[in-house]
Amino acid sequence: MSAHDDHTPAVIEEPIANPGLPEHLPRPTDVDEAAAKRAERQVATLFGLSSVFAVLFCVAYFTLNIGDDPTVFLGLGASTVGLGACLGAALMCIGIGAIQWSRKLMSDHEIVEYRHPAASSEEDRAEAVASLMTGIEDSGIGRRPLVRNSLLGAMGFLGLPAIVALRDLGPLPGDKLAHTVWKKGMQVVQDVDGARIKPSDMEVGQLVNAEPAVFFPEGDQEAEYEGTALLQAKAKAAVILVRMNPDDLRNKRSANWGVEGILCFSKICTHVGCPISLWEQQTHHLLCPCHQSTFDLADAGKVVFGPAGRHLPQLPLAVDEEGYLIATSDFHEPVGPSYWERG
Amino acid sequence: MRLLTRKISARLSARRRSRFAAPAVLIVGLLASGGLYAALAPANADNSTDDAATIAKGRALFAVSCSSCHGLNAEGILTEKGGNYGPSLIGVGAAAVDFQVGTGRMPMAQPGSQAARKRPVFNDDEVAALAAYVASLGPGPAIPTKAETDTSDLSNEEMVQGGEFFRTNCTACHNFAGKGGALPKGKQAPPLTGVSAKHLIEAMLTGPQQMPVFSDGVLSMKDKREIVAYLKKNEDSPDYGGFSLGGIGPVSEGMFAWLVGIGGLVGAGIWITSQTARIKKKGNAA
Repeated sequence: MSAHDDHTPAVIEEPIANPGLPEHLPRPTDVDEAAAKRAERQVATLFGLSSVFAVLFCVAYFTLNIGDDPTVFLGLGASTVGLGACLGAALMCIGIGAIQWSRKLMSDHEIVEYRHPAASSEEDRAEAVASLMTGIEDSGIGRRPLVRNSLLGAMGFLGLPAIVALRDLGPLPGDKLAHTVWKKGMQVVQDVDGARIKPSDMEVGQLVNAEPAVFFPEGDQEAEYEGTALLQAKAKAAVILVRMNPDDLRNKRSANWGVEGILCFSKICTHVGCPISLWEQQTHHLLCPCHQSTFDLADAGKVVFGPAGRHLPQLPLAVDEEGYLIATSDFHEPVGPSYWERG
Repeated sequence: MRLLTRKISARLSARRRSRFAAPAVLIVGLLASGGLYAALAPANADNSTDDAATIAKGRALFAVSCSSCHGLNAEGILTEKGGNYGPSLIGVGAAAVDFQVGTGRMPMAQPGSQAARKRPVFNDDEVAALAAYVASLGPGPAIPTKAETDTSDLSNEEMVQGGEFFRTNCTACHNFAGKGGALPKGKQAPPLTGVSAKHLIEAMLTGPQQMPVFSDGVLSMKDKREIVAYLKKNEDSPDYGGFSLGGIGPVSEGMFAWLVGIGGLVGAGIWITSQTARIKKKGNAA
């Protein structure tokens, strides 16, 4: 204490006299032994209840069924409710007990601590500056510019390893983002079961969530894509097929890329890449649920609303000898959101 | 036995000139052919939809309740700008009528962005008559049969595949829990809970309002039944994660956590500190 006594702030004359600390008032438990005993019993009861709930948790864990034949309580899974309620009550009883304990039984004295200024004393500061100057003088850094300059150079070159190591964040994506697995002659099949699609299977107003046939190997054919590579390729190649009345199509080039009013568009929103298949068959609008970008599929996937900056890429379609829908090429532009190299 | 047959045939032949003979033979013939047809006809051929009387009844109901928008012959009515006042119903099929009228969407209470589900105006017979009439106008999807709407024969694996179809094709509009969602300009995708299997399949077949069509050619009837089985299983399962709070995801859950959860903690904190443990007046001490 004595070291800090020098730095206590000077007492300034206040216009209103400092009333000082309020008078200490005792709690009932401080003066009445019976009240203290009662509080002690309350706290102990709460802690005891907590133990009971902890045991009940274990009981619920072993008695309530989960899985195929779950125990149901008020339409909820009884196991989840039981485990949660018991563990919650056990923790809460400890909490309430602790608060009761501290408020009623722990010692109750006001303690005063004065704050001190943050700055060191004048002498301490002068001493620190003096020792720093002595250090500079002793090292001779001012008198030997060769040492000083080579040191600065060495520190500059230390940045090089860091920059070179950053290269491992690459390699740069190259043209990977510009291509998908679609290629000439690849069948357009329904997602999930890989069913092939004939134009006659589709009615006006129909929507099909589709994928390239390469993801659905037939029979004992070996899968070309697996694991992460499959998910990545699928995420880029996902498309939707829609059939509209050919008279409703307003863009001639877009209509020519389809088969009898069946058009194929990328399923990946050009804003930030959400999958979109919220298609209104009467307005022909495709809406992205993430940020409400809206594309008009009757007008070559033009953006009619929302933050998307580019129209939805279209996949040119044809029919193979067996009569199934196929792509005639990859997408002519990158699918999904814009990226650095694309500008 | 032979004697008995001969006896009967002799008696019958003796009375063949009776004036009741012709009507009796006619009645026996009609009963036999009718009975045979009833016994041998394909199970899904619903007699009432083929019945000319039912079609006539449907036509009469149509003229009274539907023709002001859809035209007297269901040819549709155009607005002045060339839009649809009421679309043509030729070729929409019995399934479309059964869905629209059977769920109360049609007749619409007033023109609007979307026909809402409400208590059906017509009873089952009247819906069947209307469906028969519209089906007679042109070929279209038929009402699914009992066997098609019954999903109790599907295995767990098929139900799981139904879930995959559901997540791929349906969740964009109807939400991951089938609770429905908002569409632009005041329209909405309705919730799928509490909808009969028949109406679910009919909606996929016909694509009512803004919903796209999911024809049998691509999403087969088996796929559709798997989706329905998944939805029904979901509906019947208890909420394992506690109250679903509308099943609309982070909006309601976050609001509950912030307002009720954190709000409750703040309230409890304020309450604890506002209660004094001391004796308020000095006089009470001792």
